Amino acid sequence: MALEHAKIMDGLDQLEAQSIFILREAYRKLKPMALLWSLGKDSNVMVWLARKAFMGHVPFPVMHVDTGKKFPEMYQFRDEYTKKWNLDLVLGDCPPVEEMDPSLPPAARSAARKTAGLASLIDQHKFRGVVAGIRRDEQATRAKERVFSPRGASHQWDVRNQPPEFWDQYATPYEEGMHVRVHPLLAWRELDIWRYIERENIPLVDLYFSKEGKRYRSLGDQDITSPIESNASTVAEVIAELETSRTSERAGRAMDHESEDAFERLRVAGYL
Amino acid sequence: MIQISSEQTSSLQNPVRHGVSTPIVIVGHVDHGKSTLIGRLLYDTDSLPDGRLVQIVESSRKRGLAVEWSFLLDSLQIERDQGVTVDSTRIPFQLNGRDFVIVDAPGHRQFLRNMITGAADAEAAVLVVDAAEGVREQTRRHAMLLRLIGINHVIVLLNKADSVGFAEDVLQKVEHDIRQLLSQLEINVNEVIPASARDGDNIATRSEKAPWYKGPSLLEALALIPLPASRHALPFRMPVQDVYRFDGVRYVAGRIERGTVREGDKLVIGGQGQEATVAEVCRWHAPHSAVAGAGESIALRLEPDLVPDRGDLLFPAGDKTAAPLRSARLKTRLFWLRGEPLRVGESFRLRLATAEYDVTVAAINAVVNLDDLSLNPGDEVPPDGFAEITLTVARSMLFDPFAPGTPDGRGVLVDMHQRIVGGAPIIGIGELGEGENAIHPTASSVSHAARSALRGHGQAVFWMTGLPGAGKSTIARYAEEELSRDGVAVTVLDGDTIRAGLCSDLGFSPEDRRENIRRVAHVARILAESGQVVLVALVSPLIKDRAMAREIIGADWHEVFINTAPELCQKRDPKGLYAQAVDGRVAEFTGVSSAYEAPEAPTFVIPGDGDVQHSVQQLTQAVRKAVL
Repeated sequence: MALEHAKIMDGLDQLEAQSIFILREAYRKLKPMALLWSLGKDSNVMVWLARKAFMGHVPFPVMHVDTGKKFPEMYQFRDEYTKKWNLDLVLGDCPPVEEMDPSLPPAARSAARKTAGLASLIDQHKFRGVVAGIRRDEQATRAKERVFSPRGASHQWDVRNQPPEFWDQYATPYEEGMHVRVHPLLAWRELDIWRYIERENIPLVDLYFSKEGKRYRSLGDQDITSPIESNASTVAEVIAELETSRTSERAGRAMDHESEDAFERLRVAGYL
Repeated sequence: MIQISSEQTSSLQNPVRHGVSTPIVIVGHVDHGKSTLIGRLLYDTDSLPDGRLVQIVESSRKRGLAVEWSFLLDSLQIERDQGVTVDSTRIPFQLNGRDFVIVDAPGHRQFLRNMITGAADAEAAVLVVDAAEGVREQTRRHAMLLRLIGINHVIVLLNKADSVGFAEDVLQKVEHDIRQLLSQLEINVNEVIPASARDGDNIATRSEKAPWYKGPSLLEALALIPLPASRHALPFRMPVQDVYRFDGVRYVAGRIERGTVREGDKLVIGGQGQEATVAEVCRWHAPHSAVAGAGESIALRLEPDLVPDRGDLLFPAGDKTAAPLRSARLKTRLFWLRGEPLRVGESFRLRLATAEYDVTVAAINAVVNLDDLSLNPGDEVPPDGFAEITLTVARSMLFDPFAPGTPDGRGVLVDMHQRIVGGAPIIGIGELGEGENAIHPTASSVSHAARSALRGHGQAVFWMTGLPGAGKSTIARYAEEELSRDGVAVTVLDGDTIRAGLCSDLGFSPEDRRENIRRVAHVARILAESGQVVLVALVSPLIKDRAMAREIIGADWHEVFINTAPELCQKRDPKGLYAQAVDGRVAEFTGVSSAYEAPEAPTFVIPGDGDVQHSVQQLTQAVRKAVL
């Protein structure tokens, strides 16, 4: 009998292998660590990749920073898969919008609540590593990110003074109060995410699928996310739609469009 | 939009593999047109999302400019305001169904680390050279970097060729220069294309403005970039990333860097040389396959159930030709990213895949002169410099030398604060030079942070310089007492005390004084690195000798000038030496028969001629501020 050959890796295999490598590096180097589970498609892929990396387990907590304004379907999904996937769920709340920087435009100000909620959760648990599912192709500011992105004691992102990162060697600085944001999905594109969801059969909140001609392409808080016109009601149909789409994914996210720099200001302050 | 027809390239093109992106880096001197080129590429390949072109036009209009392709990239407002690209970013585009990712790297030299961050994984490079300006400093610097990170496929774009009217003779002169430069670096030039990114000449289609040019357009040249060669046929290597135990099973996790592994294979585990058999190739939620190849992140179950360490290299047993090299002395290339120069004797962690080793710079063999790319002997490697160095390793290590297109030998130097300070592609085993001693210093793995936590304070050296009789020792001893009472671990290195023991073989000639200072500086450094506060009370009269001490001690150094009027020192004369010097009975006495050079910019100036308690208080305050 001829011996089986090692497979030729396709693009998804390469992305998967790289993300697993990143998650394993983070778990080894940054303790304690937690994974941000926003309940959206990207963070579900991330939980899935963690299970790939750790042979079916997620050996660290998953955090859900709850704005209290998510869709009811999302809370239902959270409770169901926390059990099914045997996750160690850590919940955090967000302060009221009145406490946020009043100079931010309204939607950005609302989104800033999540930053504040996340910051207090990180401080409370003294997490050194926080795994987040952002991607370079989502938003121009995110394209500048590192895979390991150190944050100062006040959680700030020093975009102009980022550490070098090459040859899969990641910065793991340690000073009191610092943490590192880890971005295993940075190199993935929206289509890769959907193709991987299809290949692996990863469950999703059904808000992503068309009902009455509309579906959500990106899920945030109810009041600052809007659905797009679409008839795609299955993963395969979403992929077919994206293969021809030319508008950006976050088009339905209000804070990205309020002013030229609103999103960057959010990110420098610690937003995802 | 212009598309290359499939007829144009089909005979030359690589087969398309969906979802596999080819990263290409675009480099070149600042203002030679990199960002413009990228904007143009996205436009010509129809890769702009709806609305982005409108945004560029709008942005350009607001700033009163014609369409600026580069605005597409300047996605951060701070960049737009400064007109400079500050960081690398990645932009995907498709060409005839093949995916590319453009890595945009800035041209400003202080941003070298961003450029490396972007460029290190690229499979090909486009080197943009202004046709009118020709090769400039950053052109050489970036070309050097392409060599160091091992990019072998290089396309040269002679941009802004319209500014020289696409004149054949002018462009051929520039082509000649750039070819000469790249051949000096042993970089293979695949194409040299005269072009105008702004106007689109020779970008998507061949331009009629340069009828003499018979080569491909840029898009045609990009389509010719070969896919990376498979690493499956090389001998197996897997650096252990971690070892897990889940549900009673031990998993040895890692990514295969080359070759393949199959259940039943016998492997050697790292430097210890233990052998084990692969009992199972494990994956979660994937069809079982008994074999895995380069690039896959997997987990292995070993028989016997050994527990390797992170960093242990797994490689095939029983075949000497398939084994990695072993040495405790390495020769490496270097690109240096720290703000201060690198000097011989400095210690670092060398990270190689998942392994870490304590290394010390034993020699700087050659430093690259970026004006002519010549290699010259040197004492230090400047910030953003390139060199060849020799490292000694605390224990012998296994490695494969750096080879373009593989992850082999890609060493990175990390400092005590876990910051990446340099890239060190390993050339091979470092041979001992004639008369050189094989020493392998070890560095402590206890971090500054851990030591401070243990002691409750930081470390520092206060180097107190001043005339004989200025009051250095007196102030230092009082300060020692006071700081000790507060629980600060403090040591005084006093000139006469040192000379009574460690330096009793030394006299007072300039050479011996320098040696005395060198020894004291090394002792101070050792003590400081153990977490202590060191007060050095030493005349140390010469600026150049103190500069040497400062270099040895590094970041912990604080210079304190004990400022006492010479007349008062002479009057005090606590050891009766001034009197003897004046009589000529003590030769080369500082302040009488040899010079004292006061510090030009000391960290602190403490008067030595007033109330002693006041001087002591000033010193202890400075110490507390530095370490508490």
